[in-house]
Amino acid sequence: MVETVKHDPRSKFPPVDATSGKSVYNLQSGKYMKVWQGPQHPGITGNMSLELTVCGDEVIDCKTHVGYLHRGFEKLMERRRYIQCFPLVCRICVPEPDFNEYLFAEGAEELAGIEIPEKARWYRALTLEMARLASFLMWIGGQAAAFGMGTIGQWTVTMRDYVLDLFEELSGGRIYHMYIIPGGVRADLPAGFALRVEQTLAQIGKVLDDVELALMYNAVFKKRAMGLGVITPSMVDEYGITGPNARGSGIQRDIRKDNPYLVYDQLEFSIVTETGGDAYARTWVRLRETRQSIDLIRQMLEKMPTSGPFFQKLPNVLHWKIPAGQTYKKAECTRGEYGFFMVSDGTELPRRIYVRGPSYTHAVTLMEKLAINVNIADTAGLMVSLHTYPPEIER
Amino acid sequence: MATERQERTIQEVKDSDPVCDAQTGLKFVHVEADQAVAYITRLRDVQGYTHLVFFTAIDYIEDSIFRLTYMVHNYASRQDLGVQVDIPRHGTTMESIHHLWPHAATYQRELKEMFGIDFPGSPGLDDSFILEGWTGIPPMRREFDTKLYSEQTYFPRPGRVTHDTTAYMKEKLYPSEAETW
Repeated sequence: MVETVKHDPRSKFPPVDATSGKSVYNLQSGKYMKVWQGPQHPGITGNMSLELTVCGDEVIDCKTHVGYLHRGFEKLMERRRYIQCFPLVCRICVPEPDFNEYLFAEGAEELAGIEIPEKARWYRALTLEMARLASFLMWIGGQAAAFGMGTIGQWTVTMRDYVLDLFEELSGGRIYHMYIIPGGVRADLPAGFALRVEQTLAQIGKVLDDVELALMYNAVFKKRAMGLGVITPSMVDEYGITGPNARGSGIQRDIRKDNPYLVYDQLEFSIVTETGGDAYARTWVRLRETRQSIDLIRQMLEKMPTSGPFFQKLPNVLHWKIPAGQTYKKAECTRGEYGFFMVSDGTELPRRIYVRGPSYTHAVTLMEKLAINVNIADTAGLMVSLHTYPPEIER
Repeated sequence: MATERQERTIQEVKDSDPVCDAQTGLKFVHVEADQAVAYITRLRDVQGYTHLVFFTAIDYIEDSIFRLTYMVHNYASRQDLGVQVDIPRHGTTMESIHHLWPHAATYQRELKEMFGIDFPGSPGLDDSFILEGWTGIPPMRREFDTKLYSEQTYFPRPGRVTHDTTAYMKEKLYPSEAETW
């Protein structure tokens, strides 16, 4: 017999063990039931599962399970030369792999003391912003589909495909681009690329108008998303929340502004915030940031240099020894702070590369807290509203 | 109660606000293991390093140590500070920081599984995180050989033959010239 803290028998919540702090419930009682959501994409965010304990149709306990996508990237990288790590890193995050490429390249360059040409900095920023745009478009589709509005998802996923077409033209790859490489970028922009980017952006802008009308003022969406998964400002630091999840609670933080990297200090934009803190506020933040990405890409195409080198020659990369040292590089991806902690011991192989994905905190600790008291039908919507992506948890 | 040594560290922290590199906004400091949590608590509560960015370990097998790295961020000064603590590789135990940041428990759970570092009192520490049912040595330790593990665990499918690519293509493409090779 476990000793529990004081408990009201009329409560739907089970008693809590005084020692471990865990809920104590009898599944045989008929009052509670366990439901597994996932691991097959509980809301298109990747393979992870939620072990939900429900009372009626309300979640009273949630435990997350990850590990379905563990490929041991960090371990593999300890046994590979720096250039051999490069094709691995982009695979840590499918929707926006460019952040991995950029941070890995930036970390290696900083440790090796390599300066990249100005043009490469603009090209890198352009690629990152295009990746953000593609990721946001996919996310809008997921968020709408989680609440039964699959048509909106089809619109935005189509638009994402047009962005992927641009990536294909730029790098040869639709998903994994491997365009940003240590020393700069792999190729110059193709002739007429800026024009085709502008055509795609104009098309996306029109669809976003439709999405805003169909989604944000939709009574069903408002009813289900408002008040769902409320993040209070005090929770932001407590749970290590970054990105749109923090900005949806009124916290003005954006690495592109606070610690500008690449060319973001030469661009005009403001930090998008909302004050609701719920799934609806987060949707507004992401929708407005999608428009902001379009604007930033236009600014970059206008301001970027048209001549000059885009690559700084490296030493023989097969025997590239990076001086001993350690660094942490970070950037603002669509989900929040993405970072690479790199340690070199002066040999040809990295000593340690640690990947800090924003989903690590959002999808595990935060999700377990926010899922309590949520209707079982809304858990997928809640999870998508946190914009989590499991491979960056498991690395 | 803080020990005399911990009090001294806290005083040192009070006296010298860590100044990060102006260009990168990043600095690393080394702290003794028994003073680390007091130091980090002070960083969080007094010096504004309120955001735990990540918490991980580096294995220096040749020195028989793990170097724990707590990366904290100060939003006001926009600086990252890496607090590094060396602990012995064997019988590894470290004080938990889950009371400072709830999500630190997840990092500690992973460190227990991947490096075998114990954090007494951390919630759900022994629940499997990524590796379900793993019984071998913690795989992020340097002595864990991924190649040996895969050779012992997995095997080539029967029925498949490996060819020397050059010879095989010659045979396929130019069978009539086989005598001239």
